Amino acid sequence: MAETTEDLEQAFEAKIAAEEKIEPKDWMPEAYRKNLVRQMSQHAHSEVIGMQPEGNWLTRAPTLKRKCILLAKIQDEGGHGLYLYSATETLGVSREELIDALHEGRAKYASIFNYPSLTWADIGAIGWLVDGAAIVNQISLQRTSYGPYARAMVRICKEESFHQRQGYEIMVELARGSDAQKAMAQDALNRWWWPSLMMFGPHDAESAHSAQSMLWKIKRQSNDDLRQKFVDQTVPQAEAIGLRIPDDALVWNEARGHYDFGEIDWDEFQRVIRGDGLCNRQRLRHHKQAHDDGAWVREAMAAYAAREENV
Amino acid sequence: MSNRNMMPLFEVFVRGKRGLDHIHVGSLHAHDAEQALEYARDTYIRRGEGVSIWVVESKHIHASQESDAQAFYDPMDDKPYRHATYYTLPDGVDNM
Ligand SMILES: [Fe+2]
Ligand SMILES: [Fe+2]
Repeated sequence: MAETTEDLEQAFEAKIAAEEKIEPKDWMPEAYRKNLVRQMSQHAHSEVIGMQPEGNWLTRAPTLKRKCILLAKIQDEGGHGLYLYSATETLGVSREELIDALHEGRAKYASIFNYPSLTWADIGAIGWLVDGAAIVNQISLQRTSYGPYARAMVRICKEESFHQRQGYEIMVELARGSDAQKAMAQDALNRWWWPSLMMFGPHDAESAHSAQSMLWKIKRQSNDDLRQKFVDQTVPQAEAIGLRIPDDALVWNEARGHYDFGEIDWDEFQRVIRGDGLCNRQRLRHHKQAHDDGAWVREAMAAYAAREENV
Repeated sequence: MSNRNMMPLFEVFVRGKRGLDHIHVGSLHAHDAEQALEYARDTYIRRGEGVSIWVVESKHIHASQESDAQAFYDPMDDKPYRHATYYTLPDGVDNM
């Protein structure tokens, strides 16, 4: 084929402009591919690392029913990780490279999972707020320009609403309970609220990859727009169960038709991203440990497969 | 590391209900077809999304090249008479 890079670039831009999806075999600019690998692998790592704070409460869930629900929820997150790793691999990068990048600190995961889950109410707050924030982001990403990523998002979104509801239900029950239970729910909200807002990333003006990602339609809505959406939908949910959002600046703005809210502590945000959150080291250490502990299984399977091939 | 990159890639197809087509839902790594089926169940069918799964090693799938689409699909472009809408029915005949 005598197509020049310029032709290819034009064809690519035309597809993006026409809201067509880019598929794995299509030509794409190297920077588009890299940007996707970064974002999608970060997303995959987040699903998997996110299993840890919740797993922390599996053996101490208050009832068998709660334990079953939490187990199913965590299993979903493992599945989400797999959907996303598979989708990322269509960009010509191997699972091993992605895991190495995580272990060597070259790839990131959502900073929120570097906060500890201290009480049972935290499991409620995580489902309600962290999954809630993730859903807002993921609904938007169902329209992302890369086909395999968009399809993984559709699949994930179908499964997410149960995650948020099971968390909210935990909060509802605690909020209706004894004074101590209500205080526990409020304390969890106090600790998880701001990190949840941070999940949407820096302000649009300060976001390193945002502008290009929006042009390529990898991202469809800006960090600040998505964050606003999350605040608007979550405030009434807190009010409905008599919990207070820990933000003195939070107020309904009639003119804007949105809630105004206070400024995020961006120093904390940067600190946790840099690795100085409460659990950064623990999360990575645990992931490496689990990976190493499973090595013998992979080796045994490889040996079995090799033997079968030689029969 | 020893056993890196060992597991082949499989494509997964799921039939949602009896009577429907199998539809591609994604891919996964497994050592063999039997294991791929189990992984596919755990990964793609946690809520009764299907009654039947096909897995096939990705390398066995042969795909048409989209870049050659024009030539490849050309033969169907000039046969409008293959579509029912090509034919006009006389007034009064509307259920055909
Ligand atoms: Fe998830
Ligand atoms: Fe979730």
